Amino acid sequence: MRWPLSLIVGLALSGVFAAAALVSFVWTPWPVEGISVASRLQTPSLSHWLGTDHLGRDILSMIMVGARTSIAVAVVAVGVGMVLGVPLGLLAAAVRGSWLDDLVMRGNDLIFAFPSLVIAILITAVFGPSAVNAILAIGIFNTPVFARVTRGAALSLWTLDYVRAARVAGKGRARISAEHVLPNIANLLIVQGTIQFSLGILAEAALSYVGLGAQPPLPSWGRMLADSQTMISFAPHLAVFPGLAIVLTVLGLNLMGDGLRDLLDPRLRRAR
Amino acid sequence: MARFIASRLVSLILSLVVASVAIFVVIELVPGDPAGFMLGLNATPEAIAALRAEMGLTDGPLARYLTWTGGMLTGDFGTSYTYKVPVADLVAARLWVSLPLTAYALALSTLIAVPVGLLAASRRGRPADFAVMGATQLGIAVPNFWFAMLLVLVFAITWRVFPSGGFPGWEDGLWPGLRALTLPAVALALPQASILARVMRSALIETLGQDYIRTARAKGLSQGQSVRRHALRNALIPVMTILGLQFSFLLAGAIIIENVFFLPGLGRLIFQGITQRDLIVVESVVMLLVFAVILVTFLVDVAYALVDPRLRRA
Repeated sequence: MRWPLSLIVGLALSGVFAAAALVSFVWTPWPVEGISVASRLQTPSLSHWLGTDHLGRDILSMIMVGARTSIAVAVVAVGVGMVLGVPLGLLAAAVRGSWLDDLVMRGNDLIFAFPSLVIAILITAVFGPSAVNAILAIGIFNTPVFARVTRGAALSLWTLDYVRAARVAGKGRARISAEHVLPNIANLLIVQGTIQFSLGILAEAALSYVGLGAQPPLPSWGRMLADSQTMISFAPHLAVFPGLAIVLTVLGLNLMGDGLRDLLDPRLRRAR
Repeated sequence: MARFIASRLVSLILSLVVASVAIFVVIELVPGDPAGFMLGLNATPEAIAALRAEMGLTDGPLARYLTWTGGMLTGDFGTSYTYKVPVADLVAARLWVSLPLTAYALALSTLIAVPVGLLAASRRGRPADFAVMGATQLGIAVPNFWFAMLLVLVFAITWRVFPSGGFPGWEDGLWPGLRALTLPAVALALPQASILARVMRSALIETLGQDYIRTARAKGLSQGQSVRRHALRNALIPVMTILGLQFSFLLAGAIIIENVFFLPGLGRLIFQGITQRDLIVVESVVMLLVFAVILVTFLVDVAYALVDPRLRRA
């Protein structure tokens, strides 16, 4: 089947940033901690493609290393959400209608009703600002999303004949969930994972912008933006490029999510 | 309907209880103890002991939880350690910035999103639709605090039409205050308007596929007439739900945006509380924000059921 255009564009965009993050482990155009007062606040040029900041550090190099932080935080936060949320959703669907199902879903609604950024701010404020605490704070709010998606999709699978056949064959609920339900909702989870990934990048950027995410010397896009704010009137390029990095990564992931959904679920595409 | 509201009320109260316990526990888990955390590393043991007594930390956790929540119920939010004034007074003063900002942003978002969504749905598959879908895709990807910085660069630094930050207060009249809130509100509204426009578009497209629209067209109504008289009203139901949800996003977003523009709202109060280690302020203001969000969710549920009787059974 032909790949949707959004998937190709999305993959290309997110691929560029993933590659930049990987390459930054072995090579950056300039050393990231290379402070050089002589070359401070330069506008983009051939030697510094995206210019330099107030300490003379190369913006492109910092964006490349910052991609690592953003991607790592968002990936682990999605992982946390999946590891907690998917089993909860499977459990709720397997025991649908029981008090356990009710408990899981009410708990979900509750976390869902919280203003997540406020709580993330509370968590990082109390336990100290760090990348790990940012991951936890973002990951907790991913959990109900995955639980809900998993339960919804699993419920419809439980009514299908082959699941009934497995029950008749004597398989338990846990085994059916793992062997028959989970593989069939994997597509959906991948699509949701992509969306949560992009939301995670935005959340990480917001947290580190207010100083509650990754701490120096670890470069991060959000903090680059915070640092640039006081200099925006005379060095706008400092604010423009890290912001563009966030926008393009998030845009790429969103397009990828849309494209994957179209590719994996052709019915949805016709309906739209 | 009464039963529906009662059941929603029960879950509202349950949510509030669980939320307050969660916030209380997080604050309890502060490394060391809150008094030591607030005073920092150089505090003398006597100062810490005095603050412990002042904060009532010598009581057990249950007693403290009950004092805190009981106080909040009667409007007593505790006394700020740094400002030495009741937290309730601080909150009341800041609400005059945060609430108008949220309302302004919500109004802007709706005013942009509804016509744009309507346009995209009625021109489905044509260039106008693609333009809207592309623009909203971009709008969703833009972090609001970065958009805020760009707005400052263009409208406050280059063109000098709006102030780059700060808030003059409402005493000088409506206009200076509104002017100060305009850029923050636009920054907050843009990503929300993108989401809302997409919801509006898909809701309207779905409604336009319904049989009663076909009947309306068959009776001789034009496309525009059937949209105005029949489809719009039904499509607004999902839009309403999203608006309620967006209140919580706007409130959280306002925390960040207030920091970009140095607006003396609740968001800045939380951050000042955090940097000054004033846990009493942080705890109470966070609880207040959570309360506002849970309350709006409740009101949306009820409003939804008023509009659509099928949902009352849920």
